[in-house]
Amino acid sequence: MLPEPSPGEHLRPSAGLEQLFDVLQPTGQRQVLDLGEFTQANVTQIIGLGHRLTFEDVLGMVDNVFGPGDPAVVQADVTLSARFLDAILQFEPETFDAILVWNSLEYLARHLVEPVVERLHRVLRPGGVMLVCFRADIREQATLQQSFRIADTRTLSIHPKGHRPAAHMLTNRSVERIFERFASVKFFLSRDAVREVIVRK
Amino acid sequence: MWNRRKEESSTPVPTSQPPAPSTLAREGIPLSTLPARNPEYESPATGSMNSSGSRTASIGKSVVIKGQLFAREDLFIDGEIEGSVEMLENRITVGPNGKIVAGIKAREIVVLGTIHGNLEATEKIEIRKDAKLVGDIRTVRIVIEDGAFFKGSIDITKPEAKPAPARQQQTAAPAPSSNPQAATPAAAGTEAKR
Repeated sequence: MLPEPSPGEHLRPSAGLEQLFDVLQPTGQRQVLDLGEFTQANVTQIIGLGHRLTFEDVLGMVDNVFGPGDPAVVQADVTLSARFLDAILQFEPETFDAILVWNSLEYLARHLVEPVVERLHRVLRPGGVMLVCFRADIREQATLQQSFRIADTRTLSIHPKGHRPAAHMLTNRSVERIFERFASVKFFLSRDAVREVIVRK
Repeated sequence: MWNRRKEESSTPVPTSQPPAPSTLAREGIPLSTLPARNPEYESPATGSMNSSGSRTASIGKSVVIKGQLFAREDLFIDGEIEGSVEMLENRITVGPNGKIVAGIKAREIVVLGTIHGNLEATEKIEIRKDAKLVGDIRTVRIVIEDGAFFKGSIDITKPEAKPAPARQQQTAAPAPSSNPQAATPAAAGTEAKR
């Protein structure tokens, strides 16, 4: 049974989270990278299992480097793009056992997506997993942004977070293509517009 | 030009060794005489007392300090610090205008401003909305408000066991892991705050 949502919060069961936590359950400290916002919920859930959690807020870094605005315009700047790529995901190879990618790739210009995914591949350990969430209806709600939190090991908590223009729309086919260098890409069906993908290296 | 030099010389100059708290209490001299700018952020008024009854020193937003900062009293920083900050028995609050490029070790750390450096707290770290933090965190408990930017990793540690009295040590010292909350650090180590 799902916990009681707070005002504005949408709770939904998450098969992707369930699979991710299956990987994290065995004994021993695992290294987890969260590419979303810095939230108490995720800290509590991940560290509560005894794992080490690292945050790198991708969209926060986009804002810091490029500033607000249409990503097609602001992220086209070559100098700023180089600065962004210099700053992001600078970890040792094969550092993390699991990575959480909350809808952020659709807000990166296409020329930034490939190097970011290449670095995700580099910092993920062999056998490690990534949970990738993205919105399938971004064409209809082009500027709706959401914040994702882990309510428990089987439940996602989704909060509206204002508006933000997306750089492009992600489809199942484009997601397959983005992660083609990984060992497997597994999609989960859902009733709402949020798509979950488990990517294994 | 001469007047300008006089003005500069009157600017408080940080020293490597802060005056003893007793001296501050007697003379009522804060590190900065700037008035509080935003009471919402717990910016202490000049010579104000904190909840525990001791004085909270304040570094105003026009103050820049480069070097090592040690303190034995609670400290509110709204200025700029570059170097290191160590106050193992006290609380440090980095105000909304505070910019710290330094590692901080304290009993309790509250962040509303910007920090580039590692944080280590023996009790608790609070990251408030709009705070920007780049560095690693090591603490017993952590409280996070939505809206903060953080880049780094978090390690939750077990609280340090206080040394038992000599009489008890001779008998049987309780195992630290007997506390179920201490055995699961994050369950004990995080507080929900939205």
